[in-house]
Amino acid sequence: MLVQILGVLFDGFAYGMLLFLLSVGLSVTLGLMNFTNLAHGAFAMLGGYVTLALSRDLGWPFLATLPFAFLVSAIVAVGFERLLFRRLYRAGELNQVLFTIGLVFVASAAAAYVFGTVHQSVDLPEALRGSLEIGDLRLGRYRLFLIATALAVTLVVALGLEYTRFGARVRAAVDNQRAARGLGINVNRIFAITFAIGSGLAGLGGALAIEITSLDPSFGFHYLVLVLIVVAVGGLGSIGGTFLAAAMLGIFDVAGKYLVPEMGAFLIYLIMVGILYWKPLGLLGRR
Amino acid sequence: MTEPAARPSTLTEASPHVWLKRRARPNPAEFGFWIVALAAPYLLFPTYLALANQIAIAALFTLSLDLILGYAGIISLGHAAFFGLGAYTAGILSRYGWGEPVSGLAAAAAVAGLVGYCMSFVIVRVQHLALLMITLGFGFLLTELANANGWLTGGADGLQGVDTWKLLGWFKFDLWGRTAFGYSFAVLFVLFLVCRRLVHSPFGLSLEGIRENPVRTAALGAPNRAHLRRVFTFAAAIAGIAGALLAQTTETVSLETLGFQRSAEVAIMLILGGTGRLYGAIVGAILFLFARDQLAGMNPQYWYFWIGLLLMAVVLFLPDGIVGGLARLVPARWRRT
Repeated sequence: MLVQILGVLFDGFAYGMLLFLLSVGLSVTLGLMNFTNLAHGAFAMLGGYVTLALSRDLGWPFLATLPFAFLVSAIVAVGFERLLFRRLYRAGELNQVLFTIGLVFVASAAAAYVFGTVHQSVDLPEALRGSLEIGDLRLGRYRLFLIATALAVTLVVALGLEYTRFGARVRAAVDNQRAARGLGINVNRIFAITFAIGSGLAGLGGALAIEITSLDPSFGFHYLVLVLIVVAVGGLGSIGGTFLAAAMLGIFDVAGKYLVPEMGAFLIYLIMVGILYWKPLGLLGRR
Repeated sequence: MTEPAARPSTLTEASPHVWLKRRARPNPAEFGFWIVALAAPYLLFPTYLALANQIAIAALFTLSLDLILGYAGIISLGHAAFFGLGAYTAGILSRYGWGEPVSGLAAAAAVAGLVGYCMSFVIVRVQHLALLMITLGFGFLLTELANANGWLTGGADGLQGVDTWKLLGWFKFDLWGRTAFGYSFAVLFVLFLVCRRLVHSPFGLSLEGIRENPVRTAALGAPNRAHLRRVFTFAAAIAGIAGALLAQTTETVSLETLGFQRSAEVAIMLILGGTGRLYGAIVGAILFLFARDQLAGMNPQYWYFWIGLLLMAVVLFLPDGIVGGLARLVPARWRRT
């Protein structure tokens, strides 16, 4: 029994770490500009398809494709930000929501056109296949890799925000954008860079998600809801809150499917509505 | 609520009542619009009556979203929850032996309105992302609930065996949708008049005030939250009626009536037509459903490509929607309000 519980916790935590990678960028950019970007999941999907195309069509090893998933998503995202999204910062929430949902529609149709609607998967290197056995407990190697990657990213992001000059500027802009502008911080540039990094991380998450849930053109929609739940429950602009919410959501989701499958995703939505009713700003959100 | 400073044209009016009355006076073009909307499907496109029925229902549903989104500024991504509640209420009533249509509508309005009333206490507490997520999550909750309780709702197979009695004991619902369209059209027209009255009343104006600046309306003494709760409940009841119309005229209810896709589509119809104007809701529904019918042969994946592109273009270039864009072409002295 204990082994089962530990197994569920492990799988859930690994899934949560995937959600963290997918949502941390959105949390920071939403906190910075109040730009409700529902197309975040589409950038994640782009990363997934970059990895797919490189590894399957060009025969690259899986690990070598990951940096490119990050880079391509980041570059495409910053292109969209500079050309289109910046026009909408003052346009009101509804316009932002509908514009970015429109972008998800377009991205999903484009992916279906280029790659077809089938579920895709990738070949993993030998070292990431199978599982590690400790007594009766089986830990999937790929999930261990996922957790290690996410923890490394968390560490880099948290340290970067805490100890670099750029991180200090980002924190200042999140806390009080007007005062930050007044002190001569170029908030628009900071936002573009943060947007690129955040979307790149989403792209990385999308690439890593192929093995867990497979990839198809509805990816952007499927993860959109989960990512928004993580961001809203965790609190905007809070790395710690996003981490906490992602881990919780991952564990609850896996445990729920394992222990009470007939409830489906009901539990997740109920918990989310409950938490947001109790704390509209999210668990660790401040404004 | 009626701030003279914001509307210079009203400075000359003697009393706010005169201004309110003038604002609510019907425009001759409106009569033409409704006559054409009723006559054209019967006389010109008799083979499209089923589609016209769908459009009338969608227009009513979009109208209900316009009340909370366009007028009161509450963004909802889960408005289909109330549509589905109404559809299931009417469908289940009819399935278990009471197929009288008009009382079915009343029951649907009551159930959707009651749930909307309970929900409104949560809605007024939250804003921004939390509001989006709570409305979205509420829609998902109801979908999961309906899916899990298949004994009542038919689950993923949909509710079968709905049997709608003759309308007013006289008009049978036929295969071609003659009765169905007339029925939906009449309900849409009556509720449109109610909504029109509502948005031109002092209550409707105070909703617009809350949308524009909630801090100031609170300072003026308007009970913001009570107003928002009231309009949310009302809009939920209307969405429920729209759902009931769909259940009664198609004699089936599927889980899709509650789903996110329907919530998203209704928001698209509204933004297409133009928010915060009653005709925007109707024009948006007509355009969206007519375009979808014409492009039905297309793979749905690609149909969404064009919808997405259209949505992005409307947001960037026509922020007031198509009706708003057209209104800008009308010379200022013909415009009212």
